[in-house]
Amino acid sequence: VTDVRIPTAAPTRTYPDYSRPLWQRWVLTRETAVIAALIVVAVVASATVQNFGTPVTLGFLLLDVTPILMIALPMTLVIVTGEIDLSVASTLGLSSVLLGVLTKAGWPIELAMVVCLVVGLVCGAVNGFLVTVVGLPSLAVTIGTLALFRGIAVGLLGTTAITEFPFFWQNLAQQRFGTSGIPVVMVLVAVLVAVFAVLLHATPYGRGLFALGLSSETAAFSGVNVARTKFIAFLLTGLISALAGIYWTLRYGSARGDNAVGLELSVIAAVLLGGVSIFGGKGAMHGVVAGVLLIGVLQSALRLANVSSDAINIITGVLLILSVLSPRILGWMRAARARRRRRQP
Amino acid sequence: MTTLTPEKVPNPAARIARSFVRARETGILVAILVVIAVTTAINPSFLFSGDGWRDLLLTPAILALVAIGQAIVIITRNVDLSVGSVVGLTAYLTGRLFIDVHGIPVIAVFVIGALAGAVLGLVNGALVAFGKVPALVITLGTLYAYRGIDVLWAGSNRINASDIPADFLGLGTGSFLSIPYLAILAVVVMLVAGWFLRNRRGGRELYAIGSDPAAAELYGLKVTRRILTAFVLSGASAGLAGVLFVARYGTVSSQTGTGLELQAVGAAVIGGVAIFGGSGSVYGAVLGAVLLLTINRALPILGIQDFWQQAVVGVLIIGAIVLDRVLALRLSRRLVAEREVAA
Repeated sequence: VTDVRIPTAAPTRTYPDYSRPLWQRWVLTRETAVIAALIVVAVVASATVQNFGTPVTLGFLLLDVTPILMIALPMTLVIVTGEIDLSVASTLGLSSVLLGVLTKAGWPIELAMVVCLVVGLVCGAVNGFLVTVVGLPSLAVTIGTLALFRGIAVGLLGTTAITEFPFFWQNLAQQRFGTSGIPVVMVLVAVLVAVFAVLLHATPYGRGLFALGLSSETAAFSGVNVARTKFIAFLLTGLISALAGIYWTLRYGSARGDNAVGLELSVIAAVLLGGVSIFGGKGAMHGVVAGVLLIGVLQSALRLANVSSDAINIITGVLLILSVLSPRILGWMRAARARRRRRQP
Repeated sequence: MTTLTPEKVPNPAARIARSFVRARETGILVAILVVIAVTTAINPSFLFSGDGWRDLLLTPAILALVAIGQAIVIITRNVDLSVGSVVGLTAYLTGRLFIDVHGIPVIAVFVIGALAGAVLGLVNGALVAFGKVPALVITLGTLYAYRGIDVLWAGSNRINASDIPADFLGLGTGSFLSIPYLAILAVVVMLVAGWFLRNRRGGRELYAIGSDPAAAELYGLKVTRRILTAFVLSGASAGLAGVLFVARYGTVSSQTGTGLELQAVGAAVIGGVAIFGGSGSVYGAVLGAVLLLTINRALPILGIQDFWQQAVVGVLIIGAIVLDRVLALRLSRRLVAEREVAA
């Protein structure tokens, strides 16, 4: 059968359209559109919203997007393989609680951080094991572990909060470089972005992720170790979520069981907005970073303009829907134009 | 399920009994009964008191309604993450109706609530079916958008029990023959939905679409229209749940229903609705909802701090999908073996 229209949406075009000139293929991409949108929004906001273009605002904006940005990096790897991880915010919460509980028990905070990261790896390994070894759908598995990891976090700490952390670390999480407004923690974020961008775009492992997302069978026949590749991607989401949990705890000076509830949806929204295909096999790190920043800039600008921060959800939602619909709409327009051209020879 | 070799079946009663024992739903029912039995053994008032019996049936009613709609959507190999926001929006709408329209009949509120939910579901369905884009992304988008509308509309307003007519609140806690009204309503919806899925062409086609969308399209099924229907039904059931929420709790804020989507998907998955579509039933989804919330209420009595209940829910979901996987593997091995015997 050659012409099957698959109703639950096959990807419109997964491979680069080689009939177009090279510069178009490089410039006219989803990622460029997101970056352009980011620049336009930032410029408009600086011009119209009072106090938006100041170092203080920039500093808070960057501090606020840091957890989402961190987790979006490994999430991109997972989504590129065609899987999903909904448990990231719960892993973040668990790591936050552990940091609080261990510090309170008198452990040195550095050691507690290492334990948090190891537990993050274990969380990722649980997801990875259930998905790759047992062969369960990641959507269902990570809904389960979302509840499980969050449940352990809440179980350990109840509704209380731990707010005593060494001043040095709390300060580090919020400190800026001089008067520039750029937080020190951005160095860590920049390193992570670079590492993940190289991992995804310039290593055999990254090529394997794309291959796997396009067709796991073809990838397996081409020598990609499907199970190991996916397993590592889940390990990385666990690890980075735990890291984000440490950051979250220090930044807000509070370890609570319900830290960052619902953050997984913000992360996924940002990743998809950045042009990563939910079917896998397509996406780029610079698009994801731009997607995260776009949402961050919008939220920050609207909050300064006194729009209720929750109402910003509408914009996030509509952007997300538009971002997946736009290739579809462009396709319809192209088809309509082709029909018109055929009719008038 | 069809087997290749005709089996000797002595009589219809035995056949029904056997299919009952084999059904996925029976396992969950047994699990629920075990939980109730153990908890009641420790604290008899869990079952044998007016409040205990009422809460047992009343607590799951709202989640059960949402899970019914969710199951219908998941059966078509889609998912509806916006249900929590739909519940929040229709709950606030219900409150506003009572405040703004004096003396509005209760039945009208139910109809308007369900219709409003259906319209929100229609938007989801239209975007998914016509846009041919994944439901996960679309409904994640509408989760945010609907919640945003809710927040814009409600602001920091709360609707309190004093704003709601007493007879409507009475519906939320009252009962008929010691069965709460809300539970009766949920059961009726479940029976209608179950009958539709099992006996009507429109229902059967949802399974066909879910088990192989491409084949369903080739076969000439009206895939677009069926998926649209599934989302409208999910929206309507969530809308109804929103109305029930007001009747049950009396207070509504702009955060009502947050996180309900994952509970609903969890209930469906625990109830044996395969996340990749094509199998499962609304009965399973409702039983899943009952098991989830009954365990939640049982934990404190069993001496486990209720902080741990979410962890138990997680173990339950993972256990359910692992079990389904094992059962599916066994079934496929058996079918292969039977085919080889036949050949």
